Amino acid sequence: MYAQMIKSEATQDDPEKLAAFQARIDAGEKIEPKDWMPEGYRKTLIRQIGQHAHSEIVGQLPEGNWITRAPTLERKAILLAKVQDEAGHGLYLYCAAETLGVSRDEITEMLLDGRMKYSSIFNYPTLNWADIGAVGWLVDGAAIMNQVPLQRTSFGPYSRAMIRICKEESFHQRQGYDAIRKMAEGTPAQKKMAQDALNRLWYPSLMMFGPSDKDSVHSAQSMAWKIKMNTNDELRQKFVDQTVPQAEYLGLTVPDPDLKWNEERGHYDYSDPDWSEFFDVIKGNGPCNVDRLAARNKAWDDGEWVRDGLLAHAKKKAARKVAAE
Amino acid sequence: MACEDAFTQFLLRMGDNTLILGHRVSEWCGHAPVLEEDIALANTALDLIGQTQMWLGLAAEVQGEGKSADDLAFLRDAWDFRNVLLMEVPNGDFGRTLMRQFLFDAWHSIQLGRLMKSSDDRVAAIAEKASKEVAYHLERSADTVVGLGDGTEESHRRMQEALDYLWPYIGEMFQSDETDAEMVKAGIAPDPASLREEYDTLVSRVLTEATLTIPESRFAHKGGRTGAMHTEHLGHLLTQMQWLQRAYPGAKW
Repeated sequence: MYAQMIKSEATQDDPEKLAAFQARIDAGEKIEPKDWMPEGYRKTLIRQIGQHAHSEIVGQLPEGNWITRAPTLERKAILLAKVQDEAGHGLYLYCAAETLGVSRDEITEMLLDGRMKYSSIFNYPTLNWADIGAVGWLVDGAAIMNQVPLQRTSFGPYSRAMIRICKEESFHQRQGYDAIRKMAEGTPAQKKMAQDALNRLWYPSLMMFGPSDKDSVHSAQSMAWKIKMNTNDELRQKFVDQTVPQAEYLGLTVPDPDLKWNEERGHYDYSDPDWSEFFDVIKGNGPCNVDRLAARNKAWDDGEWVRDGLLAHAKKKAARKVAAE
Repeated sequence: MACEDAFTQFLLRMGDNTLILGHRVSEWCGHAPVLEEDIALANTALDLIGQTQMWLGLAAEVQGEGKSADDLAFLRDAWDFRNVLLMEVPNGDFGRTLMRQFLFDAWHSIQLGRLMKSSDDRVAAIAEKASKEVAYHLERSADTVVGLGDGTEESHRRMQEALDYLWPYIGEMFQSDETDAEMVKAGIAPDPASLREEYDTLVSRVLTEATLTIPESRFAHKGGRTGAMHTEHLGHLLTQMQWLQRAYPGAKW
Protein backbone atom coordinates (compact mmCIF):
# COMPACT_ATOMS: atom_id res chain seq x y z
CA MET A 1 0.00 0.00 0.00
CA TYR A 2 1.56 3.23 -1.05
CA ALA A 3 -0.90 5.44 0.81
CA GLN A 4 -0.68 5.44 4.58
CA MET A 5 -2.53 7.40 7.22
CA ILE A 6 -4.44 9.52 4.74
CA LYS A 7 -6.40 11.97 6.80
CA SER A 8 -10.00 12.26 5.63
CA GLU A 9 -11.12 15.85 5.37
CA ALA A 10 -14.24 16.85 7.22
CA THR A 11 -16.74 18.16 4.78
CA GLN A 12 -19.19 21.02 5.24
CA ASP A 13 -21.28 20.87 2.14
CA ASP A 14 -25.01 21.08 1.60
CA PRO A 15 -26.51 17.92 3.21
CA GLU A 16 -28.80 17.30 0.24
CA LYS A 17 -25.94 17.41 -2.25
CA LEU A 18 -23.91 15.19 0.02
CA ALA A 19 -26.70 12.63 0.25
CA ALA A 20 -27.10 12.58 -3.54
CA PHE A 21 -23.36 12.19 -3.94
CA GLN A 22 -23.26 9.31 -1.47
CA ALA A 23 -26.17 7.66 -3.28
CA ARG A 24 -24.21 7.72 -6.54
CA ILE A 25 -21.24 6.09 -4.84
CA ASP A 26 -23.44 3.50 -3.16
CA ALA A 27 -24.97 2.69 -6.55
CA GLY A 28 -21.45 1.97 -7.86
CA GLU A 29 -21.32 4.98 -10.18
CA LYS A 30 -17.96 6.53 -11.04
CA ILE A 31 -17.35 10.14 -10.08
CA GLU A 32 -15.71 12.07 -12.92
CA PRO A 33 -13.62 15.27 -12.61
CA LYS A 34 -16.39 17.61 -13.82
CA ASP A 35 -19.03 16.16 -11.49
CA TRP A 36 -19.90 17.89 -8.24
CA MET A 37 -17.98 16.45 -5.31
CA PRO A 38 -17.60 17.37 -1.64
CA GLU A 39 -14.52 19.43 -0.91
CA GLY A 40 -13.38 16.81 1.59
CA TYR A 41 -13.57 14.07 -1.05
CA ARG A 42 -11.47 16.14 -3.44
CA LYS A 43 -8.84 17.04 -0.84
CA THR A 44 -8.58 13.51 0.53
CA LEU A 45 -8.14 12.11 -2.95
CA ILE A 46 -5.44 14.64 -3.83
CA ARG A 47 -3.57 13.63 -0.71
CA GLN A 48 -3.98 9.91 -1.38
CA ILE A 49 -3.24 9.95 -5.11
CA GLY A 50 -0.37 12.37 -4.52
CA GLN A 51 1.16 10.15 -1.87
CA HIS A 52 0.86 7.17 -4.18
CA ALA A 53 2.47 9.10 -7.06
CA HIS A 54 5.33 10.33 -4.86
CA SER A 55 5.90 6.76 -3.68
CA GLU A 56 6.36 5.61 -7.27
CA ILE A 57 8.90 8.37 -7.85
CA VAL A 58 10.87 8.02 -4.61
CA GLY A 59 10.61 4.24 -5.03
CA GLN A 60 12.90 4.52 -8.06
CA LEU A 61 15.79 5.36 -5.74
CA PRO A 62 16.18 2.13 -3.71
CA GLU A 63 15.85 0.06 -6.89
CA GLY A 64 18.00 2.40 -8.96
CA ASN A 65 20.63 1.82 -6.30
CA TRP A 66 21.24 -1.61 -7.87
CA ILE A 67 20.82 -0.96 -11.60
CA THR A 68 24.52 -0.30 -12.10
CA ARG A 69 25.40 -3.43 -10.11
CA ALA A 70 22.84 -5.85 -11.55
CA PRO A 71 24.65 -9.19 -11.95
CA THR A 72 23.58 -10.12 -15.50
CA LEU A 73 22.46 -8.27 -18.61
CA GLU A 74 19.01 -9.81 -18.30
CA ARG A 75 18.60 -8.76 -14.65
CA LYS A 76 19.76 -5.27 -15.55
CA ALA A 77 17.22 -5.08 -18.38
CA ILE A 78 14.39 -6.37 -16.16
CA LEU A 79 15.22 -3.87 -13.43
CA LEU A 80 15.43 -1.00 -15.89
CA ALA A 81 12.06 -1.97 -17.34
CA LYS A 82 10.55 -2.11 -13.86
CA VAL A 83 11.89 1.25 -12.75
CA GLN A 84 10.70 2.75 -16.03
CA ASP A 85 7.22 1.34 -15.36
CA GLU A 86 7.24 2.94 -11.93
CA ALA A 87 8.09 6.35 -13.32
CA GLY A 88 5.20 5.77 -15.73
CA HIS A 89 2.86 4.95 -12.84
CA GLY A 90 3.91 8.22 -11.23
CA LEU A 91 2.98 9.99 -14.42
CA TYR A 92 -0.54 8.44 -14.66
CA LEU A 93 -1.17 9.25 -11.03
CA TYR A 94 0.00 12.87 -11.29
CA CYS A 95 -2.35 13.17 -14.28
CA ALA A 96 -5.20 11.72 -12.19
CA ALA A 97 -4.40 14.25 -9.43
CA GLU A 98 -4.36 17.08 -11.99
CA THR A 99 -8.00 16.33 -12.85
CA LEU A 100 -8.75 17.36 -9.25
CA GLY A 101 -7.25 20.80 -9.79
CA VAL A 102 -3.69 20.47 -8.53
CA SER A 103 -0.78 20.78 -10.99
CA ARG A 104 2.12 18.37 -11.10
CA ASP A 105 4.55 21.15 -10.18
CA GLU A 106 2.49 22.16 -7.13
CA ILE A 107 2.22 18.62 -5.84
CA THR A 108 5.94 18.00 -6.54
CA GLU A 109 6.87 21.08 -4.51
CA MET A 110 4.80 19.64 -1.65
CA LEU A 111 6.83 16.44 -1.74
CA LEU A 112 10.12 18.32 -1.90
CA ASP A 113 9.43 20.59 1.06
CA GLY A 114 8.01 17.76 3.15
CA ARG A 115 4.33 18.79 3.17
CA MET A 116 3.36 15.56 1.45
CA LYS A 117 4.59 12.05 2.26
CA TYR A 118 5.46 8.91 0.35
CA SER A 119 5.24 5.34 1.59
CA SER A 120 7.37 4.56 4.66
CA ILE A 121 8.85 1.51 2.91
CA PHE A 122 11.07 3.59 0.63
CA ASN A 123 12.90 4.98 3.64
CA TYR A 124 14.57 1.61 4.09
CA PRO A 125 17.83 0.83 2.26
CA THR A 126 18.50 -1.88 -0.37
CA LEU A 127 21.71 -3.46 0.88
CA ASN A 128 22.28 -6.61 -1.13
CA TRP A 129 21.14 -7.88 -4.52
CA ALA A 130 18.45 -10.09 -2.97
CA ASP A 131 16.76 -6.90 -1.75
CA ILE A 132 15.80 -6.22 -5.36
CA GLY A 133 13.99 -9.55 -5.51
CA ALA A 134 12.48 -8.95 -2.08
CA VAL A 135 11.22 -5.51 -3.10
CA GLY A 136 9.34 -7.08 -6.00
CA TRP A 137 8.08 -10.01 -3.96
CA LEU A 138 7.16 -8.26 -0.69
CA VAL A 139 6.81 -4.55 -1.44
CA ASP A 140 5.05 -4.87 -4.78
CA GLY A 141 3.14 -7.80 -3.31
CA ALA A 142 1.88 -5.60 -0.47
CA ALA A 143 1.11 -2.75 -2.86
CA ILE A 144 -0.98 -5.03 -5.07
CA MET A 145 -3.09 -6.10 -2.07
CA ASN A 146 -4.31 -2.54 -1.84
CA GLN A 147 -4.31 -1.62 -5.49
CA VAL A 148 -6.41 -4.49 -6.80
CA PRO A 149 -9.49 -3.38 -4.80
CA LEU A 150 -8.74 0.26 -5.71
CA GLN A 151 -9.46 -0.60 -9.33
CA ARG A 152 -13.09 -0.34 -8.14
CA THR A 153 -12.60 2.98 -6.36
CA SER A 154 -15.28 5.65 -6.89
CA PHE A 155 -13.13 8.27 -8.64
CA GLY A 156 -12.98 7.45 -12.37
CA PRO A 157 -9.46 8.67 -13.28
CA TYR A 158 -7.96 7.00 -10.19
CA SER A 159 -9.75 3.74 -10.91
CA ARG A 160 -8.55 3.74 -14.53
CA ALA A 161 -4.96 4.55 -13.52
CA MET A 162 -5.11 1.69 -11.03
CA ILE A 163 -6.28 -0.79 -13.68
CA ARG A 164 -3.21 -0.03 -15.81
CA ILE A 165 -0.89 -0.03 -12.82
CA CYS A 166 -2.12 -3.39 -11.50
CA LYS A 167 -1.31 -5.13 -14.78
CA GLU A 168 2.31 -4.03 -14.53
CA GLU A 169 2.63 -4.55 -10.79
CA SER A 170 1.66 -8.18 -10.98
CA PHE A 171 4.48 -8.66 -13.50
CA HIS A 172 6.85 -6.89 -11.08
CA GLN A 173 5.84 -9.15 -8.27
CA ARG A 174 6.42 -12.27 -10.36
CA GLN A 175 9.85 -11.14 -11.49
CA GLY A 176 10.75 -10.25 -7.89
CA TYR A 177 9.75 -13.68 -6.70
CA ASP A 178 11.71 -15.27 -9.54
CA ALA A 179 14.82 -13.21 -8.65
CA ILE A 180 14.70 -14.14 -4.98
CA ARG A 181 13.95 -17.77 -5.79
CA LYS A 182 17.20 -17.91 -7.81
CA MET A 183 19.01 -16.60 -4.73
CA ALA A 184 17.27 -18.93 -2.28
CA GLU A 185 18.14 -21.90 -4.49
CA GLY A 186 21.67 -20.66 -5.13
CA THR A 187 24.99 -20.85 -3.31
CA PRO A 188 25.13 -20.55 0.50
CA ALA A 189 26.21 -16.91 0.12
CA GLN A 190 23.20 -16.18 -2.11
CA LYS A 191 20.84 -17.89 0.30
CA LYS A 192 22.29 -15.77 3.08
CA MET A 193 21.57 -12.64 1.04
CA ALA A 194 17.97 -13.77 0.50
CA GLN A 195 17.42 -14.45 4.20
CA ASP A 196 19.05 -11.14 5.13
CA ALA A 197 16.71 -9.31 2.75
CA LEU A 198 13.65 -11.02 4.23
CA ASN A 199 14.84 -10.31 7.78
CA ARG A 200 15.15 -6.58 7.09
CA LEU A 201 12.12 -6.09 4.84
CA TRP A 202 9.44 -8.26 6.50
CA TYR A 203 8.25 -5.82 9.17
CA PRO A 204 8.63 -2.70 7.02
CA SER A 205 6.42 -4.50 4.46
CA LEU A 206 3.77 -5.14 7.13
CA MET A 207 3.94 -1.45 8.02
CA MET A 208 3.00 -0.52 4.46
CA PHE A 209 -0.66 -1.21 5.31
CA GLY A 210 -0.66 1.51 7.94
CA PRO A 211 -1.44 1.37 11.66
CA SER A 212 -3.72 -1.21 13.21
CA ASP A 213 -7.47 -0.64 12.68
CA LYS A 214 -7.95 0.23 16.33
CA ASP A 215 -5.54 3.17 15.86
CA SER A 216 -6.59 4.11 12.36
CA VAL A 217 -8.85 7.11 12.78
CA HIS A 218 -9.41 8.14 9.19
CA SER A 219 -10.88 5.02 7.68
CA ALA A 220 -14.65 5.35 8.05
CA GLN A 221 -15.25 8.38 5.80
CA SER A 222 -12.80 7.14 3.14
CA MET A 223 -14.47 3.74 3.12
CA ALA A 224 -17.92 5.29 2.74
CA TRP A 225 -16.57 7.26 -0.25
CA LYS A 226 -14.94 4.13 -1.68
CA ILE A 227 -11.53 5.76 -1.65
CA LYS A 228 -10.38 3.11 0.76
CA MET A 229 -11.81 -0.34 0.08
CA ASN A 230 -10.55 -2.51 2.96
CA THR A 231 -9.24 -1.90 6.45
CA ASN A 232 -5.51 -1.94 7.15
CA ASP A 233 -5.68 -5.12 9.21
CA GLU A 234 -7.75 -7.01 6.62
CA LEU A 235 -5.16 -6.31 3.94
CA ARG A 236 -2.23 -7.04 6.23
CA GLN A 237 -3.71 -10.42 7.16
CA LYS A 238 -4.30 -11.23 3.51
CA PHE A 239 -0.69 -10.35 2.73
CA VAL A 240 0.67 -12.53 5.54
CA ASP A 241 -1.54 -15.45 4.48
CA GLN A 242 -0.32 -15.19 0.91
CA THR A 243 3.35 -14.62 1.67
CA VAL A 244 4.16 -17.14 4.41
CA PRO A 245 3.68 -20.24 2.22
CA GLN A 246 5.82 -18.59 -0.48
CA ALA A 247 8.62 -18.04 2.05
CA GLU A 248 8.30 -21.67 3.13
CA TYR A 249 8.54 -22.80 -0.48
CA LEU A 250 11.74 -20.77 -0.83
CA GLY A 251 13.17 -22.34 2.32
CA LEU A 252 13.42 -18.93 3.99
CA THR A 253 12.41 -18.15 7.56
CA VAL A 254 10.00 -15.32 8.27
CA PRO A 255 11.59 -13.39 11.16
CA ASP A 256 8.64 -13.86 13.52
CA PRO A 257 8.98 -16.61 16.17
CA ASP A 258 5.26 -16.33 16.99
CA LEU A 259 4.07 -16.88 13.46
CA LYS A 260 1.73 -19.88 13.28
CA TRP A 261 -1.31 -21.14 11.40
CA ASN A 262 -4.51 -20.66 13.38
CA GLU A 263 -6.85 -23.43 12.31
CA GLU A 264 -9.85 -21.87 13.99
CA ARG A 265 -9.46 -18.46 12.29
CA GLY A 266 -8.24 -19.94 9.03
CA HIS A 267 -5.42 -17.40 9.05
CA TYR A 268 -1.86 -17.06 10.26
CA ASP A 269 -1.32 -15.42 13.65
CA TYR A 270 1.61 -13.03 13.37
CA SER A 271 3.43 -10.40 15.43
CA ASP A 272 2.76 -6.74 14.88
CA PRO A 273 5.59 -4.60 13.60
CA ASP A 274 7.17 -2.20 16.07
CA TRP A 275 4.76 0.69 15.66
CA SER A 276 7.07 3.13 17.40
CA GLU A 277 9.57 2.51 14.59
CA PHE A 278 6.80 3.13 12.04
CA PHE A 279 5.89 6.49 13.60
CA ASP A 280 9.57 7.44 13.72
CA VAL A 281 9.90 6.72 9.99
CA ILE A 282 6.74 8.72 9.25
CA LYS A 283 8.19 11.63 11.21
CA GLY A 284 11.32 11.61 9.08
CA ASN A 285 13.60 9.47 11.19
CA GLY A 286 13.81 6.35 9.02
CA PRO A 287 17.22 5.13 7.87
CA CYS A 288 16.96 6.89 4.49
CA ASN A 289 14.40 9.71 4.83
CA VAL A 290 16.93 12.53 4.70
CA ASP A 291 18.91 11.04 1.82
CA ARG A 292 15.85 10.18 -0.27
CA LEU A 293 14.42 13.67 -0.01
CA ALA A 294 17.83 15.22 -0.61
CA ALA A 295 18.20 13.12 -3.79
CA ARG A 296 14.80 14.26 -5.08
CA ASN A 297 15.55 17.88 -4.24
CA LYS A 298 18.92 17.69 -5.96
CA ALA A 299 17.38 16.19 -9.11
CA TRP A 300 14.77 18.96 -9.14
CA ASP A 301 17.24 21.79 -8.49
CA ASP A 302 19.88 20.49 -10.90
CA GLY A 303 17.19 20.09 -13.54
CA GLU A 304 15.84 23.61 -13.32
CA TRP A 305 17.98 24.93 -16.17
CA VAL A 306 16.81 22.03 -18.36
CA ARG A 307 13.12 22.68 -17.69
CA ASP A 308 13.63 26.42 -18.22
CA GLY A 309 15.64 25.86 -21.39
CA LEU A 310 13.08 23.55 -22.99
CA LEU A 311 10.24 25.89 -22.05
CA ALA A 312 12.06 28.91 -23.49
CA HIS A 313 12.66 26.99 -26.71
CA ALA A 314 9.02 25.94 -26.97
CA LYS A 315 7.98 29.59 -26.60
CA LYS A 316 10.45 30.77 -29.25
CA LYS A 317 9.25 28.07 -31.61
CA ALA A 318 5.61 29.03 -31.09
CA ALA A 319 6.45 32.72 -31.63
CA ARG A 320 8.31 31.93 -34.85
CA LYS A 321 5.35 29.90 -36.07
CA VAL A 322 2.97 32.79 -35.39
CA ALA A 323 5.35 35.23 -37.11
CA ALA A 324 5.51 33.00 -40.19
CA GLU A 325 1.74 32.79 -40.52
CA MET B 1 44.42 -11.38 -38.74
CA ALA B 2 42.06 -14.31 -39.26
CA CYS B 3 38.61 -13.28 -40.34
CA GLU B 4 36.93 -14.89 -37.27
CA ASP B 5 39.17 -12.88 -34.95
CA ALA B 6 38.40 -9.67 -36.81
CA PHE B 7 34.69 -10.50 -36.78
CA THR B 8 34.78 -11.08 -33.02
CA GLN B 9 36.60 -7.77 -32.53
CA PHE B 10 34.02 -5.98 -34.66
CA LEU B 11 31.14 -7.50 -32.67
CA LEU B 12 32.81 -6.53 -29.39
CA ARG B 13 33.12 -2.98 -30.67
CA MET B 14 29.40 -2.85 -31.37
CA GLY B 15 28.38 -4.58 -28.13
CA ASP B 16 30.80 -2.73 -25.86
CA ASN B 17 29.59 0.62 -27.18
CA THR B 18 26.01 -0.20 -26.27
CA LEU B 19 26.98 -1.85 -22.98
CA ILE B 20 29.07 1.02 -21.66
CA LEU B 21 26.71 3.74 -22.87
CA GLY B 22 23.70 1.78 -21.54
CA HIS B 23 25.43 1.60 -18.18
CA ARG B 24 26.20 5.30 -18.14
CA VAL B 25 22.65 6.25 -19.08
CA SER B 26 21.24 3.91 -16.42
CA GLU B 27 23.15 5.91 -13.78
CA TRP B 28 20.51 8.62 -14.23
CA CYS B 29 17.69 6.49 -12.89
CA GLY B 30 15.58 8.56 -10.49
CA HIS B 31 17.67 11.72 -10.88
CA ALA B 32 16.47 13.27 -14.16
CA PRO B 33 15.25 16.88 -14.41
CA VAL B 34 11.65 15.86 -15.15
CA LEU B 35 9.65 12.64 -14.98
CA GLU B 36 9.34 12.25 -18.76
CA GLU B 37 13.15 12.38 -19.01
CA ASP B 38 13.51 9.72 -16.34
CA ILE B 39 11.27 7.48 -18.41
CA ALA B 40 13.07 8.28 -21.65
CA LEU B 41 16.54 7.72 -20.17
CA ALA B 42 15.52 4.37 -18.66
CA ASN B 43 13.99 3.41 -21.99
CA THR B 44 17.17 4.33 -23.87
CA ALA B 45 19.34 2.39 -21.42
CA LEU B 46 17.00 -0.58 -21.72
CA ASP B 47 17.24 -0.58 -25.53
CA LEU B 48 21.03 -0.35 -25.36
CA ILE B 49 21.31 -3.23 -22.91
CA GLY B 50 19.00 -5.30 -25.14
CA GLN B 51 21.25 -4.56 -28.12
CA THR B 52 24.27 -5.52 -26.02
CA GLN B 53 22.74 -8.93 -25.37
CA MET B 54 22.45 -9.47 -29.12
CA TRP B 55 25.90 -8.16 -30.13
CA LEU B 56 27.82 -9.83 -27.32
CA GLY B 57 25.75 -13.00 -27.72
CA LEU B 58 26.86 -13.19 -31.34
CA ALA B 59 30.45 -12.25 -30.38
CA ALA B 60 30.55 -15.17 -27.95
CA GLU B 61 29.14 -17.50 -30.62
CA VAL B 62 31.67 -16.43 -33.26
CA GLN B 63 34.51 -16.60 -30.74
CA GLY B 64 33.55 -20.24 -30.12
CA GLU B 65 35.05 -20.60 -26.65
CA GLY B 66 31.78 -21.56 -24.99
CA LYS B 67 31.30 -18.17 -23.35
CA SER B 68 28.07 -16.24 -22.94
CA ALA B 69 27.23 -12.57 -23.45
CA ASP B 70 27.30 -12.23 -19.65
CA ASP B 71 30.80 -13.72 -19.49
CA LEU B 72 31.97 -11.10 -21.97
CA ALA B 73 30.24 -8.24 -20.17
CA PHE B 74 31.16 -9.13 -16.62
CA LEU B 75 34.41 -11.06 -16.76
CA ARG B 76 36.69 -9.11 -19.10
CA ASP B 77 39.14 -6.53 -17.80
CA ALA B 78 39.40 -2.99 -19.16
CA TRP B 79 42.00 -3.74 -21.85
CA ASP B 80 39.68 -6.24 -23.50
CA PHE B 81 36.90 -3.69 -23.95
CA ARG B 82 36.48 -2.30 -27.44
CA ASN B 83 34.07 0.62 -27.01
CA VAL B 84 35.00 4.10 -28.19
CA LEU B 85 36.17 6.45 -25.42
CA LEU B 86 33.11 8.67 -25.91
CA MET B 87 31.01 6.02 -24.15
CA GLU B 88 33.16 6.07 -21.02
CA VAL B 89 33.20 9.75 -20.22
CA PRO B 90 31.20 10.52 -17.09
CA ASN B 91 27.66 11.78 -17.52
CA GLY B 92 28.35 15.31 -16.33
CA ASP B 93 25.16 17.38 -16.31
CA PHE B 94 22.02 16.46 -18.23
CA GLY B 95 23.26 18.57 -21.15
CA ARG B 96 26.47 16.62 -21.54
CA THR B 97 24.61 13.31 -21.24
CA LEU B 98 22.19 14.27 -24.01
CA MET B 99 24.92 15.78 -26.20
CA ARG B 100 26.94 12.55 -25.90
CA GLN B 101 23.80 10.59 -26.71
CA PHE B 102 23.15 12.70 -29.80
CA LEU B 103 26.75 12.49 -31.07
CA PHE B 104 26.62 8.71 -30.68
CA ASP B 105 23.05 8.23 -31.97
CA ALA B 106 23.95 10.06 -35.17
CA TRP B 107 26.86 7.67 -35.82
CA HIS B 108 24.89 4.66 -34.60
CA SER B 109 21.93 5.28 -36.89
CA ILE B 110 24.18 5.59 -39.97
CA GLN B 111 26.24 2.55 -38.99
CA LEU B 112 23.16 0.39 -38.41
CA GLY B 113 21.71 1.49 -41.75
CA ARG B 114 24.83 0.12 -43.46
CA LEU B 115 24.89 -3.03 -41.34
CA MET B 116 21.36 -3.89 -42.42
CA LYS B 117 23.00 -4.74 -45.77
CA SER B 118 25.70 -6.88 -44.15
CA SER B 119 26.75 -10.11 -45.88
CA ASP B 120 26.25 -11.82 -42.51
CA ASP B 121 22.54 -12.42 -41.94
CA ARG B 122 22.88 -12.38 -38.16
CA VAL B 123 24.49 -8.94 -38.23
CA ALA B 124 21.85 -7.66 -40.63
CA ALA B 125 19.07 -8.98 -38.38
CA ILE B 126 20.46 -7.34 -35.25
CA ALA B 127 21.01 -4.09 -37.12
CA GLU B 128 17.47 -4.11 -38.42
CA LYS B 129 15.99 -4.56 -34.96
CA ALA B 130 18.32 -2.04 -33.33
CA SER B 131 17.86 0.59 -36.04
CA LYS B 132 14.19 1.01 -35.19
CA GLU B 133 15.10 1.80 -31.57
CA VAL B 134 17.99 4.03 -32.54
CA ALA B 135 15.85 6.06 -34.95
CA TYR B 136 13.80 7.03 -31.91
CA HIS B 137 16.89 7.70 -29.77
CA LEU B 138 18.23 10.03 -32.44
CA GLU B 139 14.96 11.87 -32.85
CA ARG B 140 14.76 12.46 -29.13
CA SER B 141 18.39 13.39 -28.50
CA ALA B 142 18.44 15.73 -31.52
CA ASP B 143 15.24 17.45 -30.35
CA THR B 144 16.66 17.89 -26.87
CA VAL B 145 19.98 19.26 -28.17
CA VAL B 146 18.05 21.77 -30.28
CA GLY B 147 15.70 22.66 -27.41
CA LEU B 148 18.48 23.27 -24.93
CA GLY B 149 20.92 24.84 -27.41
CA ASP B 150 18.25 27.30 -28.51
CA GLY B 151 16.70 27.70 -25.05
CA THR B 152 17.90 30.12 -22.39
CA GLU B 153 21.31 31.74 -22.16
CA GLU B 154 22.31 29.25 -19.49
CA SER B 155 21.10 26.19 -21.37
CA HIS B 156 22.89 27.43 -24.50
CA ARG B 157 26.13 27.93 -22.58
CA ARG B 158 25.94 24.48 -21.02
CA MET B 159 25.27 22.78 -24.36
CA GLN B 160 28.17 24.59 -26.01
CA GLU B 161 30.44 23.50 -23.15
CA ALA B 162 29.21 19.92 -23.55
CA LEU B 163 29.90 20.00 -27.28
CA ASP B 164 33.38 21.48 -26.78
CA TYR B 165 34.20 18.83 -24.19
CA LEU B 166 32.93 15.89 -26.25
CA TRP B 167 34.05 16.92 -29.72
CA PRO B 168 37.60 15.47 -29.42
CA TYR B 169 36.01 12.06 -28.76
CA ILE B 170 34.09 12.00 -32.06
CA GLY B 171 36.93 11.20 -34.43
CA GLU B 172 37.58 7.75 -32.99
CA MET B 173 34.29 6.49 -34.44
CA PHE B 174 35.67 7.04 -37.96
CA GLN B 175 39.18 5.64 -37.63
CA SER B 176 39.80 2.55 -39.74
CA ASP B 177 42.24 -0.22 -38.93
CA GLU B 178 43.11 -3.77 -39.95
CA THR B 179 40.00 -5.19 -38.33
CA ASP B 180 37.82 -2.86 -40.34
CA ALA B 181 39.68 -3.75 -43.52
CA GLU B 182 38.85 -7.43 -42.89
CA MET B 183 35.20 -6.57 -42.30
CA VAL B 184 35.01 -4.52 -45.50
CA LYS B 185 36.63 -7.35 -47.45
CA ALA B 186 34.11 -9.86 -46.08
CA GLY B 187 31.24 -7.48 -46.79
CA ILE B 188 30.22 -7.63 -43.13
CA ALA B 189 30.62 -3.96 -42.18
CA PRO B 190 31.46 -0.63 -43.82
CA ASP B 191 34.75 1.22 -43.56
CA PRO B 192 34.28 3.59 -40.58
CA ALA B 193 35.89 6.47 -42.47
CA SER B 194 33.17 6.19 -45.13
CA LEU B 195 30.52 7.26 -42.59
CA ARG B 196 32.06 10.63 -41.79
CA GLU B 197 30.55 12.73 -44.55
CA GLU B 198 26.99 11.65 -43.85
CA TYR B 199 27.64 12.12 -40.13
CA ASP B 200 28.99 15.65 -40.55
CA THR B 201 25.97 16.64 -42.62
CA LEU B 202 23.52 15.28 -40.06
CA VAL B 203 25.32 16.66 -37.02
CA SER B 204 25.92 20.09 -38.49
CA ARG B 205 22.24 20.42 -39.47
CA VAL B 206 21.12 19.71 -35.90
CA LEU B 207 23.83 21.74 -34.18
CA THR B 208 23.15 24.72 -36.42
CA GLU B 209 19.47 24.55 -35.55
CA ALA B 210 20.58 24.38 -31.92
CA THR B 211 22.53 27.66 -32.51
CA LEU B 212 25.73 25.91 -31.37
CA THR B 213 29.21 26.33 -32.84
CA ILE B 214 30.98 23.21 -34.06
CA PRO B 215 34.62 23.27 -32.88
CA GLU B 216 37.11 23.57 -35.73
CA SER B 217 39.66 21.11 -34.39
CA ARG B 218 39.67 17.64 -35.88
CA PHE B 219 41.90 16.31 -33.11
CA ALA B 220 40.70 12.91 -31.96
CA HIS B 221 41.42 10.96 -28.79
CA LYS B 222 41.76 7.28 -29.53
CA GLY B 223 42.52 3.92 -27.95
CA GLY B 224 39.07 2.65 -26.96
CA ARG B 225 38.06 0.63 -30.00
CA THR B 226 41.52 -0.97 -30.22
CA GLY B 227 41.77 -1.41 -26.44
CA ALA B 228 45.23 0.22 -26.52
CA MET B 229 44.36 2.95 -24.02
CA HIS B 230 41.00 3.51 -22.33
CA THR B 231 40.20 6.45 -20.06
CA GLU B 232 40.67 6.23 -16.30
CA HIS B 233 36.88 6.22 -16.01
CA LEU B 234 36.36 2.74 -17.47
CA GLY B 235 38.01 0.90 -14.57
CA HIS B 236 35.68 2.52 -12.07
CA LEU B 237 32.66 1.76 -14.20
CA LEU B 238 33.67 -1.91 -14.48
CA THR B 239 34.38 -2.14 -10.76
CA GLN B 240 30.78 -1.33 -10.11
CA MET B 241 29.24 -3.22 -13.01
CA GLN B 242 31.20 -6.45 -12.52
CA TRP B 243 31.28 -6.55 -8.73
CA LEU B 244 28.74 -9.30 -8.03
CA GLN B 245 30.04 -11.60 -10.75
CA ARG B 246 33.60 -11.11 -9.52
CA ALA B 247 32.80 -11.43 -5.81
CA TYR B 248 30.68 -14.59 -6.20
CA PRO B 249 32.21 -16.55 -9.09
CA GLY B 250 30.03 -19.20 -10.66
CA ALA B 251 26.79 -18.14 -8.94
CA LYS B 252 23.60 -18.15 -11.03
CA TRP B 253 21.53 -14.98 -10.78
